[in-house]
Amino acid sequence: MMEPSNGGQVVVITSGKGGVGKTTTVTNVSMGLAQLGFKVVAMDLDIGLKKLDLIMGLENRVIYDIVQVIEGECTLRQALVKDRRFPNLFMLPAAQTRNKDDVTEEQIKNLCAELKKEFDFILIDCPAGIERGFRNSIAAADWAVVVTNPEVSAVRDADRIIGMLESAQFQDIKLVINRIRPEMVRGGDMLSIDDLLNHLCIDLIGIVPEDDGVVISTNTGEPIILNQRSLAGRAFYNIARRFAGEEVPFLDLNHTGSLWDRIRMFFSKQVG
Amino acid sequence: MLEFLSRLFWRDRDRIGSKHVAKERLRLVLVHDRVNSCPQLLEALKEDLIRVIREYIEIDEDALDISFDNIDNTVALVANIPVLRIKKSIV
Repeated sequence: MMEPSNGGQVVVITSGKGGVGKTTTVTNVSMGLAQLGFKVVAMDLDIGLKKLDLIMGLENRVIYDIVQVIEGECTLRQALVKDRRFPNLFMLPAAQTRNKDDVTEEQIKNLCAELKKEFDFILIDCPAGIERGFRNSIAAADWAVVVTNPEVSAVRDADRIIGMLESAQFQDIKLVINRIRPEMVRGGDMLSIDDLLNHLCIDLIGIVPEDDGVVISTNTGEPIILNQRSLAGRAFYNIARRFAGEEVPFLDLNHTGSLWDRIRMFFSKQVG
Repeated sequence: MLEFLSRLFWRDRDRIGSKHVAKERLRLVLVHDRVNSCPQLLEALKEDLIRVIREYIEIDEDALDISFDNIDNTVALVANIPVLRIKKSIV
């Protein structure tokens, strides 16, 4: 990762499969970077199926959208939604009533070039799938983050996406493993971090445990990173620090889990 | 006593978790996906194989066929190479 000195960096958050936590990752990492003092834009490129505004809790502040910027109906500055909590965090909303063919790779590149002058980080929320929306989302990115879950279908799609990013000459691709359940990994019923890294062969930038708090965050529009007592919130904050170039050790998920798990672990260690 | 407790808390200690099934299925499917999304790989491999084998054996290059198959839960590279003649001496 580069130091954000010579203009900002554009990072695409992608996954192939839907529902693995791309928007949650974009939201929380953007907010984490803002907490660290960077000037950040979270950009929603899921045109036609927008959700970033909702997850960030900014849906009431949206006036214009990215397609209107591209078509010249408003300025970029007018469309950028300022976050309620951090003055250095902004969101560029997708259009809900348009579709992915309404923007081109060239237009996204121009838009990002404009944003890079003023912002340290531009995080792109890529739509699921490998079609037009995906190509638009990766067109301007300097590096990529692939989000996956420890589950066969998500890993298969992640592998495909990594292959496509490599063919598009991406040198820097990092992996976020989201929604891991340490107690299931210990019980042998969930793929482990090592299993996933073995298959996908890219560097890890984050491990986020399953956390009921994320559902509550989605309900309230208050991202989980604002709750530093939550394990997922801490995991996202660590990802933000790694984005910024810090070396941060991964959370030890072996000492989490319910009391029952810990008792069970204690006895399983005694015996074998 | 300890054994009793451990059985109580860890009933299915010897059970093989479903993750092993997941790993195996994933491995097979990724090999196939990667080959299918890159047909040039098999072509390049075929050309290299022909070049090496030709040094030792005369083969029917047009009838040479290679593919990936699932055999007993493993992925195998299967090559069918019709031999015409073994060369007498290696230069």
